[in-house]
Amino acid sequence: MRRLKGVAALLLACAAGSVSAQPITVSAASSLGDAFRELAARFEEAHPDSRIQLNIGGSGLLLQQIQRGAPVDVFASADEFTMSQAQASDSVSGEVRYFAANTLVFIQPLGATPQLNSILALRDAGLRRIALGNPESVPAGRYAKSALEAAGLWTALADSLIPAQNVRQVLDYVARGEVQAGFVYATDAAQMSNRVRVAAPVSVGRPIRYPIAVLNRGKDKPSAQDFVDYVLSEDGQRILAVHGFLAAE
Amino acid sequence: MVETSALAAAMTPLWLSLKVAFFATILSAIFGVALGLYLARSRHRARNILDTLCTLPMVLPPTVLGYYLLVLFGSQGLLGQWLDAAFGVNLVFSLKGAIVAAAIVSFPLVFKPARAAFESVDPRLEQAGRVLGVSEAGVIVRISLPLAWRGIMSGVTLGFVRALGEFGATLMIAGSIPGKTQTLSIAIYEAVQAGRDADAHVMALLISCACIVMLLLATWLTPAAHRKGEAHER
Repeated sequence: MRRLKGVAALLLACAAGSVSAQPITVSAASSLGDAFRELAARFEEAHPDSRIQLNIGGSGLLLQQIQRGAPVDVFASADEFTMSQAQASDSVSGEVRYFAANTLVFIQPLGATPQLNSILALRDAGLRRIALGNPESVPAGRYAKSALEAAGLWTALADSLIPAQNVRQVLDYVARGEVQAGFVYATDAAQMSNRVRVAAPVSVGRPIRYPIAVLNRGKDKPSAQDFVDYVLSEDGQRILAVHGFLAAE
Repeated sequence: MVETSALAAAMTPLWLSLKVAFFATILSAIFGVALGLYLARSRHRARNILDTLCTLPMVLPPTVLGYYLLVLFGSQGLLGQWLDAAFGVNLVFSLKGAIVAAAIVSFPLVFKPARAAFESVDPRLEQAGRVLGVSEAGVIVRISLPLAWRGIMSGVTLGFVRALGEFGATLMIAGSIPGKTQTLSIAIYEAVQAGRDADAHVMALLISCACIVMLLLATWLTPAAHRKGEAHER
Protein backbone atom coordinates (compact mmCIF):
# COMPACT_ATOMS: atom_id res chain seq x y z
CA MET A 1 0.00 0.00 0.00
CA ARG A 2 2.87 2.34 0.90
CA ARG A 3 4.54 1.57 -2.45
CA LEU A 4 1.33 2.44 -4.29
CA LYS A 5 1.11 5.78 -2.49
CA GLY A 6 4.74 6.48 -3.37
CA VAL A 7 4.12 5.78 -7.06
CA ALA A 8 0.99 7.93 -7.05
CA ALA A 9 2.91 10.80 -5.47
CA LEU A 10 5.67 10.48 -8.07
CA LEU A 11 3.18 10.53 -10.95
CA LEU A 12 1.40 13.56 -9.50
CA ALA A 13 4.70 15.39 -9.17
CA CYS A 14 5.57 14.65 -12.80
CA ALA A 15 2.17 15.81 -13.97
CA ALA A 16 2.40 19.01 -11.95
CA GLY A 17 5.86 19.66 -13.32
CA SER A 18 4.76 19.33 -16.92
CA VAL A 19 1.76 21.66 -16.67
CA SER A 20 3.72 24.76 -15.74
CA ALA A 21 5.72 25.27 -18.98
CA GLN A 22 4.24 24.21 -22.32
CA PRO A 23 7.25 24.02 -24.61
CA ILE A 24 7.24 25.75 -27.98
CA THR A 25 8.62 23.44 -30.65
CA VAL A 26 10.67 25.29 -33.25
CA SER A 27 11.80 23.50 -36.41
CA ALA A 28 14.76 25.34 -37.96
CA ALA A 29 16.99 24.63 -40.95
CA SER A 30 20.46 23.15 -40.37
CA SER A 31 22.27 26.37 -41.21
CA LEU A 32 20.31 28.15 -38.46
CA GLY A 33 21.30 25.67 -35.75
CA ASP A 34 23.91 27.69 -33.86
CA ALA A 35 22.06 31.00 -34.16
CA PHE A 36 18.77 29.52 -33.02
CA ARG A 37 20.33 27.79 -30.04
CA GLU A 38 21.47 31.20 -28.86
CA LEU A 39 18.14 32.84 -29.74
CA ALA A 40 16.30 30.16 -27.78
CA ALA A 41 18.55 30.60 -24.75
CA ARG A 42 18.13 34.41 -24.72
CA PHE A 43 14.37 34.09 -25.23
CA GLU A 44 14.05 31.72 -22.29
CA GLU A 45 16.07 34.12 -20.14
CA ALA A 46 13.71 36.96 -21.03
CA HIS A 47 10.59 34.79 -20.67
CA PRO A 48 11.17 32.50 -17.66
CA ASP A 49 7.82 30.74 -18.13
CA SER A 50 8.61 29.67 -21.68
CA ARG A 51 10.60 26.71 -22.90
CA ILE A 52 11.84 26.29 -26.48
CA GLN A 53 12.39 22.86 -27.98
CA LEU A 54 14.61 23.10 -31.04
CA ASN A 55 14.35 20.64 -33.90
CA ILE A 56 17.19 21.24 -36.38
CA GLY A 57 17.44 19.49 -39.72
CA GLY A 58 17.28 19.76 -43.50
CA SER A 59 14.35 21.97 -44.50
CA GLY A 60 12.81 19.23 -46.66
CA LEU A 61 12.84 16.75 -43.80
CA LEU A 62 11.33 19.33 -41.41
CA LEU A 63 8.60 20.05 -43.96
CA GLN A 64 7.71 16.37 -44.21
CA GLN A 65 7.47 16.11 -40.43
CA ILE A 66 5.14 19.12 -40.36
CA GLN A 67 2.98 17.88 -43.22
CA ARG A 68 2.56 14.55 -41.49
CA GLY A 69 1.27 16.22 -38.35
CA ALA A 70 4.34 16.69 -36.18
CA PRO A 71 3.50 19.04 -33.29
CA VAL A 72 5.64 21.94 -34.45
CA ASP A 73 4.73 25.52 -33.47
CA VAL A 74 7.24 27.61 -35.42
CA PHE A 75 8.99 26.83 -38.71
CA ALA A 76 12.09 28.61 -40.00
CA SER A 77 13.22 27.22 -43.36
CA ALA A 78 16.25 28.02 -45.49
CA ASP A 79 14.30 28.94 -48.59
CA GLU A 80 10.98 30.34 -49.73
CA PHE A 81 10.17 27.21 -51.75
CA THR A 82 9.95 25.01 -48.64
CA MET A 83 7.83 27.57 -46.78
CA SER A 84 5.47 27.94 -49.75
CA GLN A 85 5.03 24.15 -49.74
CA ALA A 86 4.11 24.41 -46.06
CA GLN A 87 1.61 27.13 -46.92
CA ALA A 88 0.17 25.07 -49.76
CA SER A 89 -0.54 22.24 -47.35
CA ASP A 90 -2.37 24.60 -44.99
CA SER A 91 0.12 24.20 -42.20
CA VAL A 92 0.88 27.87 -41.77
CA SER A 93 -1.30 30.20 -39.72
CA GLY A 94 -0.78 33.93 -40.09
CA GLU A 95 1.87 35.63 -42.12
CA VAL A 96 5.32 34.60 -43.25
CA ARG A 97 8.12 37.04 -42.41
CA TYR A 98 11.71 37.10 -43.64
CA PHE A 99 14.18 37.35 -40.79
CA ALA A 100 17.63 36.76 -42.27
CA ALA A 101 19.60 36.42 -45.48
CA ASN A 102 22.71 34.46 -46.47
CA THR A 103 25.08 33.92 -49.35
CA LEU A 104 26.17 30.68 -50.97
CA VAL A 105 29.86 29.91 -51.19
CA PHE A 106 31.95 27.19 -52.72
CA ILE A 107 34.53 25.74 -50.35
CA GLN A 108 37.55 23.45 -50.46
CA PRO A 109 39.37 21.63 -47.67
CA LEU A 110 42.02 23.86 -46.15
CA GLY A 111 45.36 23.18 -47.79
CA ALA A 112 43.86 21.39 -50.79
CA THR A 113 45.47 21.94 -54.15
CA PRO A 114 44.80 23.17 -56.73
CA GLN A 115 43.18 26.20 -55.20
CA LEU A 116 40.17 27.16 -57.28
CA ASN A 117 38.92 30.72 -57.47
CA SER A 118 35.57 30.50 -59.16
CA ILE A 119 33.01 27.83 -59.93
CA LEU A 120 33.85 28.11 -63.62
CA ALA A 121 37.22 26.60 -62.72
CA LEU A 122 35.33 23.39 -61.85
CA ARG A 123 34.86 22.63 -65.52
CA ASP A 124 38.50 21.83 -66.12
CA ALA A 125 39.65 21.03 -62.58
CA GLY A 126 38.77 17.36 -62.96
CA LEU A 127 37.49 17.01 -59.41
CA ARG A 128 36.03 13.58 -58.67
CA ARG A 129 33.94 14.52 -55.63
CA ILE A 130 31.92 17.69 -55.18
CA ALA A 131 29.37 17.76 -52.37
CA LEU A 132 26.10 19.67 -52.32
CA GLY A 133 22.82 19.28 -50.48
CA ASN A 134 20.34 16.94 -52.17
CA PRO A 135 18.39 19.40 -54.37
CA GLU A 136 15.19 17.46 -53.76
CA SER A 137 15.07 18.32 -50.09
CA VAL A 138 17.89 20.71 -49.17
CA PRO A 139 17.59 24.44 -50.07
CA ALA A 140 21.37 24.92 -50.21
CA GLY A 141 21.46 22.10 -52.76
CA ARG A 142 18.75 23.76 -54.85
CA TYR A 143 20.69 27.02 -54.85
CA ALA A 144 23.89 25.20 -55.81
CA LYS A 145 22.11 23.33 -58.59
CA SER A 146 20.68 26.54 -60.06
CA ALA A 147 24.11 28.17 -59.94
CA LEU A 148 25.72 25.20 -61.68
CA GLU A 149 22.96 25.10 -64.29
CA ALA A 150 23.39 28.81 -64.93
CA ALA A 151 27.12 28.22 -65.45
CA GLY A 152 26.39 25.32 -67.80
CA LEU A 153 28.17 22.87 -65.48
CA TRP A 154 25.32 20.78 -64.09
CA THR A 155 25.42 17.93 -66.64
CA ALA A 156 29.19 18.17 -67.08
CA LEU A 157 29.77 17.53 -63.37
CA ALA A 158 26.89 15.07 -62.84
CA ASP A 159 29.14 12.08 -62.20
CA SER A 160 31.21 13.91 -59.59
CA LEU A 161 28.36 15.23 -57.46
CA ILE A 162 27.84 13.74 -54.00
CA PRO A 163 24.41 14.65 -52.57
CA ALA A 164 24.22 15.18 -48.80
CA GLN A 165 21.35 15.13 -46.32
CA ASN A 166 21.75 18.76 -45.25
CA VAL A 167 24.14 21.66 -45.65
CA ARG A 168 26.06 20.81 -42.46
CA GLN A 169 26.85 17.36 -43.82
CA VAL A 170 28.33 19.02 -46.91
CA LEU A 171 30.48 21.12 -44.59
CA ASP A 172 31.55 18.00 -42.69
CA TYR A 173 32.47 16.14 -45.88
CA VAL A 174 34.71 19.02 -46.97
CA ALA A 175 36.24 19.50 -43.52
CA ARG A 176 37.12 15.80 -43.38
CA GLY A 177 38.62 15.89 -46.85
CA GLU A 178 36.24 13.19 -48.09
CA VAL A 179 35.24 15.48 -50.96
CA GLN A 180 37.35 17.99 -52.86
CA ALA A 181 34.80 20.81 -52.90
CA GLY A 182 31.35 21.66 -51.63
CA PHE A 183 28.57 24.24 -51.65
CA VAL A 184 27.53 25.69 -48.29
CA TYR A 185 26.30 28.99 -46.90
CA ALA A 186 28.86 31.61 -45.91
CA THR A 187 27.69 31.25 -42.30
CA ASP A 188 28.45 27.50 -42.33
CA ALA A 189 31.91 28.01 -43.82
CA ALA A 190 32.67 30.50 -41.07
CA GLN A 191 31.92 27.82 -38.45
CA MET A 192 34.85 25.73 -39.67
CA SER A 193 37.23 28.36 -40.95
CA ASN A 194 40.13 26.34 -39.52
CA ARG A 195 39.37 23.35 -41.75
CA VAL A 196 37.80 24.75 -44.92
CA ARG A 197 38.72 27.53 -47.26
CA VAL A 198 36.16 29.67 -49.08
CA ALA A 199 37.16 29.39 -52.73
CA ALA A 200 34.55 31.76 -54.16
CA PRO A 201 31.13 33.26 -53.51
CA VAL A 202 28.42 31.77 -55.69
CA SER A 203 25.73 33.95 -57.19
CA VAL A 204 22.37 32.23 -57.36
CA GLY A 205 20.53 34.98 -59.18
CA ARG A 206 18.14 35.80 -56.34
CA PRO A 207 18.57 36.72 -52.69
CA ILE A 208 18.77 33.81 -50.24
CA ARG A 209 16.18 34.76 -47.64
CA TYR A 210 15.03 32.76 -44.62
CA PRO A 211 11.27 32.82 -43.87
CA ILE A 212 9.76 32.18 -40.46
CA ALA A 213 6.12 31.54 -39.56
CA VAL A 214 3.87 30.35 -36.76
CA LEU A 215 2.24 27.07 -37.74
CA ASN A 216 -1.40 26.17 -37.24
CA ARG A 217 -0.70 24.10 -34.19
CA GLY A 218 1.08 27.02 -32.57
CA LYS A 219 -1.48 29.70 -33.26
CA ASP A 220 -3.14 29.33 -29.85
CA LYS A 221 0.15 29.62 -28.08
CA PRO A 222 0.84 33.32 -27.54
CA SER A 223 4.48 32.47 -26.80
CA ALA A 224 4.93 31.00 -30.28
CA GLN A 225 4.21 34.43 -31.81
CA ASP A 226 6.39 35.98 -29.07
CA PHE A 227 9.32 33.88 -30.23
CA VAL A 228 8.85 34.91 -33.87
CA ASP A 229 8.63 38.55 -32.74
CA TYR A 230 11.83 38.07 -30.76
CA VAL A 231 13.68 36.71 -33.80
CA LEU A 232 12.55 39.77 -35.77
CA SER A 233 13.37 42.21 -32.96
CA GLU A 234 16.55 44.26 -32.66
CA ASP A 235 17.99 41.80 -30.13
CA GLY A 236 17.22 38.81 -32.30
CA GLN A 237 18.60 40.46 -35.41
CA ARG A 238 21.78 41.36 -33.55
CA ILE A 239 22.29 37.72 -32.52
CA LEU A 240 21.77 36.61 -36.12
CA ALA A 241 24.29 39.20 -37.33
CA VAL A 242 26.86 37.93 -34.84
CA HIS A 243 26.44 34.50 -36.40
CA GLY A 244 27.13 35.93 -39.82
CA PHE A 245 23.62 36.29 -41.21
CA LEU A 246 22.69 39.31 -43.30
CA ALA A 247 19.57 41.43 -42.88
CA ALA A 248 16.57 40.10 -44.78
CA GLU A 249 15.94 43.29 -46.77
CA MET B 1 -2.28 0.34 -55.85
CA VAL B 2 1.28 0.19 -57.16
CA GLU B 3 2.33 2.84 -59.66
CA THR B 4 4.45 1.45 -62.48
CA SER B 5 6.74 4.49 -62.53
CA ALA B 6 7.40 4.09 -58.83
CA LEU B 7 8.14 0.41 -59.43
CA ALA B 8 10.57 1.28 -62.22
CA ALA B 9 12.29 3.83 -59.97
CA ALA B 10 12.69 1.18 -57.29
CA MET B 11 14.62 -1.22 -59.52
CA THR B 12 18.05 0.43 -59.33
CA PRO B 13 18.04 0.78 -55.52
CA LEU B 14 16.74 -2.80 -55.23
CA TRP B 15 19.55 -4.08 -57.45
CA LEU B 16 22.13 -2.16 -55.38
CA SER B 17 20.67 -3.55 -52.13
CA LEU B 18 20.82 -7.10 -53.49
CA LYS B 19 24.41 -6.65 -54.68
CA VAL B 20 25.50 -5.24 -51.33
CA ALA B 21 23.65 -7.94 -49.35
CA PHE B 22 25.09 -10.72 -51.52
CA PHE B 23 28.74 -9.71 -51.20
CA ALA B 24 28.37 -8.66 -47.58
CA THR B 25 26.86 -12.05 -46.71
CA ILE B 26 29.74 -13.88 -48.40
CA LEU B 27 32.20 -11.88 -46.28
CA SER B 28 30.31 -12.31 -43.03
CA ALA B 29 29.69 -16.01 -43.76
CA ILE B 30 33.40 -16.71 -44.21
CA PHE B 31 34.39 -14.89 -41.03
CA GLY B 32 31.27 -15.89 -39.08
CA VAL B 33 31.68 -19.62 -39.72
CA ALA B 34 35.44 -19.51 -39.13
CA LEU B 35 35.13 -17.66 -35.83
CA GLY B 36 32.06 -19.71 -34.83
CA LEU B 37 34.07 -22.90 -35.30
CA TYR B 38 37.08 -21.50 -33.45
CA LEU B 39 35.07 -20.32 -30.45
CA ALA B 40 32.95 -23.48 -30.34
CA ARG B 41 36.08 -25.54 -29.82
CA SER B 42 38.24 -23.09 -27.95
CA ARG B 43 39.01 -23.59 -24.28
CA HIS B 44 40.98 -20.37 -24.16
CA ARG B 45 40.26 -18.10 -21.22
CA ALA B 46 39.78 -15.08 -23.47
CA ARG B 47 36.98 -16.69 -25.48
CA ASN B 48 34.26 -14.73 -23.72
CA ILE B 49 35.98 -11.46 -24.58
CA LEU B 50 36.30 -12.54 -28.20
CA ASP B 51 32.66 -13.61 -28.23
CA THR B 52 31.65 -10.20 -26.90
CA LEU B 53 33.67 -8.43 -29.57
CA CYS B 54 32.05 -10.58 -32.24
CA THR B 55 28.58 -9.77 -30.94
CA LEU B 56 29.28 -6.06 -30.55
CA PRO B 57 28.22 -4.90 -34.06
CA MET B 58 24.77 -6.28 -33.35
CA VAL B 59 24.18 -4.04 -30.36
CA LEU B 60 26.21 -0.95 -31.16
CA PRO B 61 24.15 1.89 -32.62
CA PRO B 62 24.63 1.92 -36.40
CA THR B 63 25.79 5.52 -36.20
CA VAL B 64 28.64 4.47 -33.92
CA LEU B 65 29.69 1.83 -36.44
CA GLY B 66 29.35 4.37 -39.24
CA TYR B 67 31.45 6.86 -37.31
CA TYR B 68 34.25 4.37 -36.62
CA LEU B 69 34.21 3.25 -40.25
CA LEU B 70 34.50 6.84 -41.38
CA VAL B 71 37.33 7.57 -38.96
CA LEU B 72 39.24 4.38 -39.88
CA PHE B 73 38.58 4.18 -43.60
CA GLY B 74 38.11 7.85 -44.45
CA SER B 75 40.73 9.73 -46.41
CA GLN B 76 42.34 10.83 -43.13
CA GLY B 77 42.04 7.40 -41.55
CA LEU B 78 44.94 4.96 -41.12
CA LEU B 79 43.26 2.05 -42.88
CA GLY B 80 41.79 4.33 -45.51
CA GLN B 81 45.15 5.74 -46.46
CA TRP B 82 46.70 2.26 -46.52
CA LEU B 83 43.95 0.84 -48.74
CA ASP B 84 44.34 3.75 -51.10
CA ALA B 85 48.13 3.44 -51.27
CA ALA B 86 48.25 -0.36 -51.53
CA PHE B 87 45.20 -1.16 -53.66
CA GLY B 88 43.87 2.17 -54.89
CA VAL B 89 40.64 1.36 -53.06
CA ASN B 90 38.53 3.98 -51.33
CA LEU B 91 35.59 2.86 -49.22
CA VAL B 92 33.97 6.25 -48.72
CA PHE B 93 31.18 7.03 -51.21
CA SER B 94 31.60 3.66 -52.90
CA LEU B 95 29.63 0.42 -53.01
CA LYS B 96 32.63 -1.33 -51.44
CA GLY B 97 32.08 0.83 -48.35
CA ALA B 98 28.43 -0.18 -48.28
CA ILE B 99 29.45 -3.84 -48.54
CA VAL B 100 31.93 -3.53 -45.66
CA ALA B 101 29.37 -1.74 -43.47
CA ALA B 102 26.71 -4.35 -44.23
CA ALA B 103 29.18 -7.21 -43.64
CA ILE B 104 30.09 -5.85 -40.20
CA VAL B 105 26.48 -5.49 -39.06
CA SER B 106 25.44 -8.90 -40.39
CA PHE B 107 28.51 -10.73 -39.03
CA PRO B 108 27.12 -11.35 -35.50
CA LEU B 109 23.94 -12.80 -36.99
CA VAL B 110 26.00 -15.42 -38.82
CA PHE B 111 28.55 -15.94 -36.05
CA LYS B 112 26.19 -16.71 -33.17
CA PRO B 113 24.06 -19.42 -34.84
CA ALA B 114 27.22 -20.87 -36.41
CA ARG B 115 28.89 -21.15 -33.04
CA ALA B 116 25.75 -22.71 -31.53
CA ALA B 117 25.51 -25.13 -34.43
CA PHE B 118 29.12 -26.27 -34.06
CA GLU B 119 28.66 -26.63 -30.31
CA SER B 120 25.67 -28.89 -30.87
CA VAL B 121 27.64 -31.33 -33.01
CA ASP B 122 28.24 -34.51 -31.02
CA PRO B 123 31.98 -34.48 -30.26
CA ARG B 124 32.03 -38.26 -30.25
CA LEU B 125 31.33 -38.23 -33.98
CA GLU B 126 34.31 -35.92 -34.52
CA GLN B 127 36.42 -38.16 -32.28
CA ALA B 128 35.34 -41.22 -34.26
CA GLY B 129 36.57 -39.50 -37.41
CA ARG B 130 39.97 -38.75 -35.88
CA VAL B 131 40.29 -42.31 -34.61
CA LEU B 132 39.58 -43.56 -38.13
CA GLY B 133 42.48 -41.47 -39.45
CA VAL B 134 40.70 -38.44 -40.91
CA SER B 135 42.80 -35.25 -40.74
CA GLU B 136 41.61 -32.32 -38.67
CA ALA B 137 40.65 -30.42 -41.80
CA GLY B 138 38.78 -33.48 -42.98
CA VAL B 139 36.93 -33.72 -39.67
CA ILE B 140 35.79 -30.12 -40.08
CA VAL B 141 34.74 -30.45 -43.71
CA ARG B 142 33.26 -33.96 -43.65
CA ILE B 143 31.81 -34.20 -40.14
CA SER B 144 31.37 -30.85 -38.34
CA LEU B 145 30.22 -28.70 -41.25
CA PRO B 146 27.58 -31.06 -42.64
CA LEU B 147 26.12 -31.57 -39.17
CA ALA B 148 26.14 -27.85 -38.39
CA TRP B 149 24.89 -26.93 -41.87
CA ARG B 150 21.27 -26.05 -41.09
CA GLY B 151 22.19 -23.83 -38.15
CA ILE B 152 24.84 -22.08 -40.22
CA MET B 153 22.45 -21.52 -43.13
CA SER B 154 19.83 -20.13 -40.78
CA GLY B 155 22.41 -17.61 -39.54
CA VAL B 156 23.53 -16.80 -43.08
CA THR B 157 19.92 -16.11 -44.08
CA LEU B 158 19.45 -13.78 -41.11
CA GLY B 159 22.73 -12.09 -41.98
CA PHE B 160 21.52 -11.57 -45.55
CA VAL B 161 18.30 -9.95 -44.38
CA ARG B 162 20.20 -7.66 -42.04
CA ALA B 163 22.63 -6.68 -44.79
CA LEU B 164 19.68 -6.02 -47.11
CA GLY B 165 18.17 -3.55 -44.67
CA GLU B 166 21.37 -1.83 -43.52
CA PHE B 167 20.92 1.93 -43.35
CA GLY B 168 22.75 3.99 -40.70
CA ALA B 169 26.35 2.87 -41.09
CA THR B 170 25.96 2.61 -44.88
CA LEU B 171 24.63 6.16 -45.14
CA MET B 172 27.58 7.50 -43.19
CA ILE B 173 30.35 5.78 -45.09
CA ALA B 174 28.89 5.24 -48.56
CA GLY B 175 26.60 8.26 -48.76
CA SER B 176 23.39 8.40 -50.75
CA ILE B 177 24.45 8.65 -54.39
CA PRO B 178 21.62 7.63 -56.72
CA GLY B 179 22.69 4.78 -58.98
CA LYS B 180 25.93 4.19 -57.10
CA THR B 181 25.32 3.74 -53.38
CA GLN B 182 21.68 4.61 -52.83
CA THR B 183 20.39 1.26 -51.61
CA LEU B 184 16.68 0.57 -51.09
CA SER B 185 16.55 1.54 -47.41
CA ILE B 186 18.37 4.81 -48.13
CA ALA B 187 16.17 5.46 -51.16
CA ILE B 188 13.08 5.12 -48.97
CA TYR B 189 14.49 7.70 -46.57
CA GLU B 190 15.26 10.10 -49.44
CA ALA B 191 11.81 9.59 -50.95
CA VAL B 192 10.15 10.41 -47.64
CA GLN B 193 12.31 13.54 -47.22
CA ALA B 194 11.41 14.70 -50.70
CA GLY B 195 7.69 14.00 -50.26
CA ARG B 196 7.64 11.25 -52.90
CA ASP B 197 5.14 9.05 -51.12
CA ALA B 198 4.32 6.69 -54.00
CA ASP B 199 8.01 5.82 -54.43
CA ALA B 200 8.50 5.32 -50.69
CA HIS B 201 5.39 3.11 -50.51
CA VAL B 202 6.47 0.80 -53.33
CA MET B 203 10.04 0.45 -52.06
CA ALA B 204 8.89 -0.23 -48.50
CA LEU B 205 6.55 -2.96 -49.79
CA LEU B 206 9.35 -4.53 -51.83
CA ILE B 207 11.79 -4.73 -48.99
CA SER B 208 9.14 -5.88 -46.50
CA CYS B 209 8.18 -8.78 -48.77
CA ALA B 210 11.83 -9.72 -49.24
CA CYS B 211 12.42 -9.69 -45.47
CA ILE B 212 9.31 -11.79 -44.75
CA VAL B 213 10.32 -14.43 -47.30
CA MET B 214 13.89 -14.61 -45.97
CA LEU B 215 12.75 -14.81 -42.34
CA LEU B 216 10.41 -17.69 -43.18
CA LEU B 217 13.35 -19.41 -44.83
CA ALA B 218 15.55 -18.81 -41.80
CA THR B 219 12.93 -20.24 -39.45
CA TRP B 220 12.46 -23.30 -41.65
CA LEU B 221 16.20 -23.88 -41.67
CA THR B 222 16.68 -23.55 -37.91
CA PRO B 223 17.19 -27.01 -36.45
CA ALA B 224 14.29 -27.85 -34.15
CA ALA B 225 15.21 -28.43 -30.48
CA HIS B 226 14.21 -32.08 -30.49
CA ARG B 227 16.62 -32.80 -33.30
CA LYS B 228 19.60 -31.95 -31.12
CA GLY B 229 21.80 -34.99 -30.58
CA GLU B 230 20.52 -36.94 -33.58
CA ALA B 231 23.27 -37.92 -35.94
CA HIS B 232 21.11 -37.80 -39.08
CA GLU B 233 18.04 -35.88 -40.10
CA ARG B 234 15.42 -37.27 -42.43
